[in-house]
Amino acid sequence: MEFKFEGRAKLITQVLMAVGLIALVGGYLTDHSDHHQRWWANLLVNGFFYFSISLAALFFYALQYATESAWSVVIKRFLEAMFGYMPYGAAVIVMVLLAGQLDLHHLYHWMDTSLYHEFMTVEGGVTTYVDKEVTGAVVNPNYDHIIAGKKGYFSGWFFWLRTIIYLTTFLGFAMLFRKWSLQEDKAPNLDLHYKIFRRSALFLVFFAVFSSTLSWDWLMSIDPHWFSTLYGWYLFSGMWVAMIIFTHVTILWLRTQGYFQEISNSHMHDLGKWMFAISMLWSYLFFSQFMLIWYSNIPEEVTYYVSRVFTDYKVPFILMFLINFVVPFLVLISRDTKRNPKFILPVAFLIFVGHFADVYLLVIPGTMFNHNVFGFFEVGLFLGFLGLFVNRTLSTLSKAPLIAKNHPMLEESKELHY
Amino acid sequence: MKKVFHVMYDDDEKLLVAARELVSKGIHVNEVYSPFPIHGIDPVIGIKRTRLAIASFMYAMTGLSLAVFFMWYTMISDWPMNIGGKPSFSFLENLPAFIPVSFEFSVFCAAHGMVITYLLRNGTLPGMPATNPDPRTTDDKFVMEITTDTNSMNAQDLESEIKKTDVFELSIKDVKES
Repeated sequence: MEFKFEGRAKLITQVLMAVGLIALVGGYLTDHSDHHQRWWANLLVNGFFYFSISLAALFFYALQYATESAWSVVIKRFLEAMFGYMPYGAAVIVMVLLAGQLDLHHLYHWMDTSLYHEFMTVEGGVTTYVDKEVTGAVVNPNYDHIIAGKKGYFSGWFFWLRTIIYLTTFLGFAMLFRKWSLQEDKAPNLDLHYKIFRRSALFLVFFAVFSSTLSWDWLMSIDPHWFSTLYGWYLFSGMWVAMIIFTHVTILWLRTQGYFQEISNSHMHDLGKWMFAISMLWSYLFFSQFMLIWYSNIPEEVTYYVSRVFTDYKVPFILMFLINFVVPFLVLISRDTKRNPKFILPVAFLIFVGHFADVYLLVIPGTMFNHNVFGFFEVGLFLGFLGLFVNRTLSTLSKAPLIAKNHPMLEESKELHY
Repeated sequence: MKKVFHVMYDDDEKLLVAARELVSKGIHVNEVYSPFPIHGIDPVIGIKRTRLAIASFMYAMTGLSLAVFFMWYTMISDWPMNIGGKPSFSFLENLPAFIPVSFEFSVFCAAHGMVITYLLRNGTLPGMPATNPDPRTTDDKFVMEITTDTNSMNAQDLESEIKKTDVFELSIKDVKES
């Protein structure tokens, strides 16, 4: 059965995209912060959040293949559909990074080249960075000892090389998986299945490294003095749970529209278990990162949490953690609630926004400091990107049969008890 | 007098199919003895959902309260401690520091409580007498117990219905009703 993307669903996503476009233009015109900092910061938040969902879908897809899981075969095509957004998300991220490099915004303080030189000479208004021995050399007031120590990692070519490697790897694997999956539809092909299996395992190796380093490069470097070795895992668990939520809710909707009848309540129960389990993983990593930094109380580390937990952002930050941890813990712990959309849906909507707020609070305190504004622009941009994401996902979904009919474990998947 | 049928199968799937067949004919299956849990047998023979989860929750809550009380008493109340500014004579302000211990102790109590409850409830604590009808059910055979006193059918009909399934061995015993 093929999914047809038309009618009300398509219209709603287009309206959301239009709202996003209005927010994008209106936000730029009404944003009077220095270098349109607010506009760019929110673009980064949304660009990363939705990109990370499709990235998590790619990871989850590879995980299912590498572990030879049978239950997930019926949702395989939906995971593939989420790859469809990946180029758009990548484009937004590249746009933000490029704009930073071209000095259009100051999200990334380390992109300022004047930070890396200890001495300089000023002659006729022209600043030249020089060695200490040069006559007339004075101390550069912009010099930042800590950032200069990270010069090798932050140097422009290395940073861009990494970004390009991440994106080509992800997009390449997504394209290949999709291609092979469609090829398998034409005729049963066990060799091809094992090929995807091996490539999935290979992808997981790349993903293990890249998911950490990309989170350092794109988000942790917003606070360049601060570092946390848990940061990559924390982000990874966040993107994973957001992806599971999106999958669960959209498949529930698709089933009410008469599609995906092969997906039973037991499959939804399994997705509910993932939602519960990964919410707990996220909470665990959140707390592990927070408690060690809070307890040791080292000035260079604790500054990150001072603005989030004790001063400007304490209300949204603590609320965000409570929603993302307590709500799924209390509601989804029972078997019956995981099988019942009446319980799953409110929780899913709440923690989807919760995990968006998580990414928002990773970026905003380090870019807007204590003069952040939250208004229609932020809401509009979130809805606009949501519309684009759903639109691309459903459009990709409509381009192939909903069930991969020649997958060797399809029958086993349909027979899932619980 | 009641008759007890111990129907043995050599495969869990065969037992599951047979149980579905017999239950669909209105026969009540008292019990199934198996070396491992048979996937999906509970709803077929009408076993009620386990309440072990509720017990586990109560054990966890007990553990949580004990841990919280113990830490509050030793660190805050009886001999207030201040190690590098934490805990600074306040339980709530230093809550993050107490979370790992509370969590671990809750898990400890829940896990041990659950195991002991499970063994008690099943009568399988070390040294307890075995109640399974045939020692082979601890190895590779599966036994279904059907009795005449819980079924409206007479013994002959029951036997003929049972024999229609893929039986490995059938033993029929007369037992005095207590």
